[in-house]
Order: sequence, then C-alpha cells, then structure tokens
Amino acid sequence: MALSEQQELLQVKGLTKTFQLSAKQQKLEKTKEKVRTAVNDLSFTAYKGEIFGLLGPNGAGKTTTLRMLSTLIRPDSGDALVDGFSVVKEPDKVRSRIGFLTSELKLEDCFTPNYLFDFFSDLHGVDPAVRKERKAALFARFGIDKFAEVKVVNLSTGMKQKVSLVVSIVHDPDIIIFDEPTNGLDVITAKVVTDFLKELKSEGKTIIVSTHIFSLIEKLCDRVGIIISGKMILCDTLENVCGGMNLEDRFFEIYKETVGDGE
Amino acid sequence: MRNGIITIMKKELARFFGDKRLVVSILLPGVLIYVMYSFMGSAMKNNFGVDERYTPTVQAVNLPVSMEALLPQTGFAVITGTDVAAAKEAVTAQELDLLLVFPADFDAQVAAYQAASGQTAPNVALYHNSASTNSTFTYQTVVALLDAYEAGMVNKFDVNAGGESYDLATAQDSMGSLFAMLMPMLLMTFLYSGCAAVAPESIAGEKERGTIATMLITPIRRSDIALGKILALGIISTISAAASAVGSILAMPKLMGAAMEDMNASIYGITDYLLLAAVIFSTVLVLVTLISILSAFAKTIKEAQTYAMPVMILVMALGISGMFGGGASSELWAYSIPLYNSVQCMTGVFSFSILPVGVAVTVAANAAVTLLGVFVLAKMFNSEKIIFAR
Repeated sequence: MALSEQQELLQVKGLTKTFQLSAKQQKLEKTKEKVRTAVNDLSFTAYKGEIFGLLGPNGAGKTTTLRMLSTLIRPDSGDALVDGFSVVKEPDKVRSRIGFLTSELKLEDCFTPNYLFDFFSDLHGVDPAVRKERKAALFARFGIDKFAEVKVVNLSTGMKQKVSLVVSIVHDPDIIIFDEPTNGLDVITAKVVTDFLKELKSEGKTIIVSTHIFSLIEKLCDRVGIIISGKMILCDTLENVCGGMNLEDRFFEIYKETVGDGE
Repeated sequence: MRNGIITIMKKELARFFGDKRLVVSILLPGVLIYVMYSFMGSAMKNNFGVDERYTPTVQAVNLPVSMEALLPQTGFAVITGTDVAAAKEAVTAQELDLLLVFPADFDAQVAAYQAASGQTAPNVALYHNSASTNSTFTYQTVVALLDAYEAGMVNKFDVNAGGESYDLATAQDSMGSLFAMLMPMLLMTFLYSGCAAVAPESIAGEKERGTIATMLITPIRRSDIALGKILALGIISTISAAASAVGSILAMPKLMGAAMEDMNASIYGITDYLLLAAVIFSTVLVLVTLISILSAFAKTIKEAQTYAMPVMILVMALGISGMFGGGASSELWAYSIPLYNSVQCMTGVFSFSILPVGVAVTVAANAAVTLLGVFVLAKMFNSEKIIFAR
C-alpha cells in the first residue's frame, strides 16, 4: 500500500500535557518537581485506512495522548486535527468522528447490551433505522445477540469487552482509538478483537492503538510510534522502524539509547 | 426539549425504576413514617390513657360529711378504713389506687380556718403510686375534685364557665395553623432526604463506576447531561417526598390522638395543592442541583453524602425557622431566596395566607438557581480535574 498517496486523517502537532503532582505523590516518588510532563511536544500523523500503533512502556504517556485525541482531556499546548477538526476548538465535531475504547470507560451494570446500544446511538444521533440494522449486524458478528437482554453485570469479562467495543462504534466512526485493546482479555476474545480491527481497516477505517505488547504491533500495525517518557522517539513504518530486526530487540536498542542518553 | 436531555432523562429513570431496591428505598420512608407515627400515637394513648372499664378504688380515712356525697361523683369505688400503714402498703403494691387521709375534724377545721391568719391550713394527704397509670389517673382526678371544692367555697368569679365554646377560631383555621407549623419542616426534610437518596448515586456514583466518561466521549452537550440528570432526579425525589408526605398526613390524626380524629387535609382546595406542587417541584430542583454539584466534586458516593450534610443542616434549620416565623412573610424579597422561599410558601399555603405572586417569585428564583447550577455542572463535566480526579 502506498502510504504517501493517502489522506492524512489524523495530524498530531506538538501535543503537550503536564500534571500537578500532589505533595503525597512527590513523597512517594521521592521527587521535588511539582509538575510532571506526561506528554512532551508529541507529533505524528496517521493516514486513512491504516493501523497506527503507539508503543511504549507503562507511564510513557500513551493513555494521556489518546485521552487528548478523544477530547476527554485538553492539551496544555499543541493540537491535533481529527479529519480536519481541532480537538481543542471543535471537540464535539471530533467526538462524532471517533470511537474511543479503553478499559477505564465502563458501561452501567444495570443495563442490557440492547439498551446500551440504543442509548449510545441516541447520544450520537444515529437514525433509528440505521441503528437497528447496525445493531443486528454487530451483535451477530460478536455473538452478543444471545446476551442482548442480559444485564451487563451478569456478562463475562470477555462479553463485557465485546459490548464495550460495539457500543464505542455505534456511530460507525472513521477513526477508532483503542487504548490497550487486548489487555485483560483471554486469547480467544483477544483474537476476536484483533481480527475485527483488521476488518475495520479493510473497510477503510483508521485505527490508532496503544500497547506495550510487541507481537500485537507486529501483527496489526502499518506504522508505529515509539513513545518513551512522553516523547516521540521514532515514528515510521513498521519495516523502517525495525530495520530487519524484530521489534522487541529494536525497541530495547532504542530504549537503551534514549534512557542512557537522558541519565 | 432537546433530544439529548430526553435521552439522558429516560436513561436515569430507566436505571432507577429498573432497580427494585432503589424504588423500595424511596417509597419505604413514607410507609415507615405512617407505621411509626401510628405506633407512637397508639403507644402514647395506651401509656397516658386509662382503660375505661377499670374502676379505681379509693380508701378514705376520716371521710368528712362534705366529701361523702362528692367523692362518689368520680365513679370510683370508695372504701373506708383506718389502717393507714396497711393501706399505704396496698398502694405501693398497686392493689389500692389511692389513699386519702383527712384530718379528724376536717369540715370544722376548714370552716374555722382564716387564710389571712398565717396559720398552716388543714392538710389532706393523698397517697398514690406514680408508677401505676391507674393510680396517677385517680390521684389527678381527686386533686381536681378537691381543688374545685376549695375554689367553690370562696368563689368570687368564674372564667369561661359553662359548656359554651369561647374559642372563635374556625376548626379549619386551627387545623390550618397546626399544619402550617408542622408541615414545612416535615416537607423540607422529606424533600432533602429524597434528593440525598438519589443525587449522589447518580453523579458521584457514575464517576466512581467510571461510566460518566463513556458518555462524555459522545457528542452530547454537557449541559444536556446536567439538565437531563437534574430533571430526572427531580422527578424521582418528588415521588419520594410525596410518599413521605402522604404517609405523615395519613398518620397525623393517629399521632395527635382522638382530639384530632376529624383532622384531614381536605380543608385545602385544589389551588392550594397546585401552588404547593409548584413550590415543591421547584424546591426539589434547587436541592437536587445543589447536591449534584457537591456530588460532582466527590470521588465516591460516600464522600458525596458527606458533602451533602451541610445542606441537610441548612434545610432543617430553615424548616424549624418556619415553625417560629410567625406565618408567611408578606415581603416579596423573602420569596427570592431559594429554600427560605420554599418554607415561606409552604407556611403561606397551609395557613391560607399565601400570596400567589410570592409563589411566582419563588418558582422564578428557583428556576434561575437551577439553570445557573446546570451551567456550573456542565462546566464541571468538562473539567478533567473533576471527572478524572484520583
């Protein structure tokens, strides 16, 4: 696939996000700095129809980046354009164009998948006729149809994850952002999810995933950005990043260079 | 109404009415109030009332001639005897209700006594047992009898004698003033409990469970979420308060005893109820908004309930102020202060002195405060510090 010809669907420009550290946190981490920079001047571009992977260790700033892209939190500086709309200036236009899934976003226990699908379709302003058709297709695709009237609290973890996934894309978004898509899932559910991501890609959707699992990136991603300590260290196609090595070895090489230089 | 608001309202109501425990938890106080008040009323009646079929026994020592005719008027069984020590023991053992010991020549002593002389007056000893309801009742009856006998001897004038009714207030007015004293306090407390039972659960609960962020990544307006939630919570709280109010109005006659048995709320007309309903719903919106904002600061339901405590104290204090306020204010500014205006309106409605313009000002002021609160809540939903606070 010739990436250069493709449309830039997501442009991230100099995103920066800092957090205040409480006195308690300062003590815990034995530091005197009051402000922690979670994401530091981060830039990258994702093209239409590709799967872009953000790779980095825990605490590198992946989740913070994705939260900024999904407009849940605001960047201190910098911006990101989603399908041409700024996450800072037009967050509601961005929200209607993305699907965001993370394990932190929970569904209310007392509702059924059927109710939740309708509820989130309403929040997204999906037409009832379209909603019905899409619900039937997605529920069948993930085997939720048998559990459509079972309250979320009574579903298995894997089924809950599938319902969350389906609910996050009720509005058929062009950009899908998944934070740690396979974390905490059994191998079967994880395979269902990764297969679905490939399927979405084949439909021309753009997918951004964050993970610390090398094999997931190798299996799925067209391009990868390596984040360490809030900075984008390297961002290129998977082949260019690896340069003939396997991703794991290459990552530790980069990690050594970066952290070694820093300290 | 905007679609987003309706979607949120429908969800909140579905969540609430889908959970039997929640429904029971708001209706239960009403039932409990009825049961408790009725129980308290009948318990008080049993404690302080005497079985009408019971005939107390009075033993009189040295019963004077003047009393021989008077004492049996009480309907008690009167026996005579001279063994004071044995009779005292019988009173202690609750076998005898009252022991009356007159001086030997009581009538002569009374006739000879001059109050101005400064000498000790003749004394009648009434031995009774305060642990026995029957003995206490007998004692009080005989004391009243003796007092009346004493007063009759030197009677110069009477106050309100005879069977005529001297209180010129209508039955409606006196009932109204009783309702006006009790109901604002009760209603305000019920309204608060209704709101406090549901608002923390809906706002802080969604934060605690991580479900609010799921809504926040959809394009729905934050103000729609805030208003939808507040309206739905207002409806639920109103139902809860109504259950409590109905329970207490039904139980009131039982609590107040037989004297109030013909007391009921039918003395108020449809206009009164409509005005009251407007006041109640606008008050609930103010309370729900206040508690919702406090809940939004909290990380957990428990924390939210703690934050709501000062509101409860304020509401109780305002409710009590209505008991001693001396009726509804006639000044319009009093109706522009939320919550205080609710107490004023309720007092006014129950005492038949409501100013409709006061209710209008109240509803307008409460609506303004609610809208301001919706704006604040929407801003809070937009704040990552509040939504993702750890």
